[in-house]
Amino acid sequence: MTAHLPPPTHTPDRRPSRGALAVFGERVLENVIRLSGVSAIFFVLAIFFFVFREAAPVLVSDSFSLKEFLFSVAWYPTSDINVRYGILGLIVGTACVSGLAVLIAVPFSLGSAIFIAEFCGPRLREGLKVVIELLAAIPSVVWGFIGLTVMSRLIVAVTGAPVGVNVLNGGIILALMCVPIITSIAEDALKAVPDSYREAALALGATRWQTVHRVLVPAARTGLLAAVLLGVGRAVGETMAVLMATGHAVHIPSSVLDSVRTLTANIAAELGEASVNSEHYRVLFLTGVLLFLITFVINLTADLVVRGVRRER
Amino acid sequence: MAGVNTVVARDLRLAYGAREVLHGVSFEIARNEILGVIGPAQSGKTSLVRCLNRTIDFVTGATMSGSLEFEGEDVRKIKDVFSLRRRIGMVAPLPVGLPLSIYDNVAFAPRCAGLRDRSALNAIVERCLRQAALWDEVKDRLNSLGTALSGGQQQRLTIARALSHQPEILCLDEFSIAIDPVTTMRIEDVLRELSREITIVLVTNLVQQARRLADRTMFLWNGEIIEVGVTQAIFSDKARDRRTYEYVNGIFG
Amino acid sequence: MAREPAVPVESAGKFRETAAGRGHRRTEALVRGVFMTMAAAMVLPLLLLVAYLIVKAAPVLSLEFLLDVPRRGMRAGGIWPALVGTVYLVLGALVVSAPIGVMAAIYLKEYARDNAFHRAVNMAVINLAGVPSIVHALFGLGAFVYAARFGYSIVSASLTLAIMTMPVIITSTREALNAVPHAFREACWNVGATRWQTIRGVVLPNSISGILTGVILEVSRTAGETAPIMFTGAVFFKAVQRGDLLPYGLNDQAMALSMHLYTLSTQVPDVPEALPYATAVVLLGTVLTMNALSIALRFWLRSRKRW
Repeated sequence: MTAHLPPPTHTPDRRPSRGALAVFGERVLENVIRLSGVSAIFFVLAIFFFVFREAAPVLVSDSFSLKEFLFSVAWYPTSDINVRYGILGLIVGTACVSGLAVLIAVPFSLGSAIFIAEFCGPRLREGLKVVIELLAAIPSVVWGFIGLTVMSRLIVAVTGAPVGVNVLNGGIILALMCVPIITSIAEDALKAVPDSYREAALALGATRWQTVHRVLVPAARTGLLAAVLLGVGRAVGETMAVLMATGHAVHIPSSVLDSVRTLTANIAAELGEASVNSEHYRVLFLTGVLLFLITFVINLTADLVVRGVRRER
Repeated sequence: MAGVNTVVARDLRLAYGAREVLHGVSFEIARNEILGVIGPAQSGKTSLVRCLNRTIDFVTGATMSGSLEFEGEDVRKIKDVFSLRRRIGMVAPLPVGLPLSIYDNVAFAPRCAGLRDRSALNAIVERCLRQAALWDEVKDRLNSLGTALSGGQQQRLTIARALSHQPEILCLDEFSIAIDPVTTMRIEDVLRELSREITIVLVTNLVQQARRLADRTMFLWNGEIIEVGVTQAIFSDKARDRRTYEYVNGIFG
Repeated sequence: MAREPAVPVESAGKFRETAAGRGHRRTEALVRGVFMTMAAAMVLPLLLLVAYLIVKAAPVLSLEFLLDVPRRGMRAGGIWPALVGTVYLVLGALVVSAPIGVMAAIYLKEYARDNAFHRAVNMAVINLAGVPSIVHALFGLGAFVYAARFGYSIVSASLTLAIMTMPVIITSTREALNAVPHAFREACWNVGATRWQTIRGVVLPNSISGILTGVILEVSRTAGETAPIMFTGAVFFKAVQRGDLLPYGLNDQAMALSMHLYTLSTQVPDVPEALPYATAVVLLGTVLTMNALSIALRFWLRSRKRW
């Protein structure tokens, strides 16, 4: 039964050792990896830097007033006599379209998430999750095209509005775009609630629905909030779809059937015509800085919300 | 058997964050001896052996203080910690077969150490699998997946892996948990043979296993060494500490 | 929680249904129906839209449509230059973002300690993913077109796309790395393997397929983007030979499928209706097919687990 052992060969000087080249190569590679890890921070900073760089000169120019920029509705960048750069109309446009989109999307997303997480069988669940992924994959320009053609005709037919590209159109299209992200994160949040909660509730005689709305949703509420926030971020940052679906009017809309323009769409629409380094050009970049800050804050908030939960637990 | 000390620890303390788990233990391990480490759960046995080869580094927030020397070198200051882990090997309680072929499982460590020669690797693979009492069962399927083996086989594979880098000290932490008694006996025979050349530290919950195998036994409880001495003495009525007597006789566990 | 009325004494041992219980079951069924409708409200639009697009595009969809170049001021002909251009842009973005993205994920999972710096990198990845596409366009314009002097070109556009879609690769690589049980890593470290030896020997070989899934996903995202390339290298029209496989140089501007859809539907008057629909169908079809491929790969992987 005893194993046959060869004579000992493990004295320290008989040990194999790695070649110096291998060790050196490994160290180089590990440094490259470390550098890549840092690159994400570098890229985010670079984005802010380069966008701000193009915008900065206008901030110190005499003819530009930041207050007017943020609070005036008068946007006349190409006027010959009275150039004005007020983006309040655009801000409101963004708020309206995004707000409408989130308003429509949240109930459907949460309802679907609850259905997928708690009420449906495993095969249907896999199927629905696949559908959500595919929905999320649709490029924004295709959504914009749908808004421009299908949705526009639908709206005109149903509401009799003179033109089909407006807040309502953009809102519905954006809602369809936000639903996948809100649904999947909300579903993750619900799935993350420990099974012990469900079992405890069921043991007390609760129905599924009672378990859901009295136990699971409150338990997952911060994850659900984060899901909604990320959906808002997506809506606010969307460019092509709203460019094509909301029309061209820079003003404060008075109804959902009014055409409107968002911050993002405005940049896309006018950047091509603004000559490089002109004031108009720089103001558009400044709008970009504003957008960057807005989405940065939304993402930071969503992350803090989620982190706050973890610390609580 | 006794003689030169390969490991010397003086006032070794280990803390996980704010919680101290080893409260200033001091001991020596002699070359070529089998040292048994016994004690109830959560006594710090595993933590102690993990200090030896710095695998404690994998636990975030673990801080070692005091003096721990291996062959005269301060373990905490050793630069090439990878080489240290090849000289002091470890067999963990839970069997882990790597998702590689059985051959690659055992050849993994020598390859990491820089060994490329195919015939040398072949020899090592066969020798270690024999020593781990696994050769006969797998010699025809060395290319099959290590993770497809049974739990007991994977534990023996883990032992083979630990032997593959020719350690000077082999630490086994409850190695027989997932193995049947017959195979355990075979491996115990191998350990006895191996101790002619290497030092063995055997952490075990099975008090009788220590009695069978160990030359000296250390009784660890709540992070302190209650008693250490020749096995026969520890297991007899002449044990110096009352708690040792109670533990080895199963009065508490 | 509603209090159930106590079980009547005379039927102790038998549970009789109460009025409250019936009410609960009705609510339950109603709620289930409502939620199911909501889920259906997601599925149906997708199916209806795709069907509608295909129907409208049918008159023009054909192999010829794919190979031919746009004619008569884009009111006829095909989309070949745009197809090839998209391939160029996507490959260019992939070549840059895949290595960096994979290595960044490896760093985050295998090397970084859990501290403030690690959290900062995490936040950066999340923020990078959330930057609006038009801001990426502005960045590309400022950094690559002007500062780096690459001008309006495939290079500028690809680099802009690379930075934009890198988070996709980082996230899916991290998921693939996370799927490898920690026990394997410790087993390797226990026998004296370095971090890199462990990664190369055990972790990476078992994550490659997951990484591939992420790459396919990134390709599909990149193919659909418009805003970032609109101002950095994509162009309204470029004269190209029908069926030419290498019509562009790296310093040239290129047509792209996503850009072409935008152009056809908003910049060209009197376009026959089927043309933009057909372009949309080709773009959508490409993107959805790649996504489906990525999903299928994931399912296949799950069945092939090596542990």
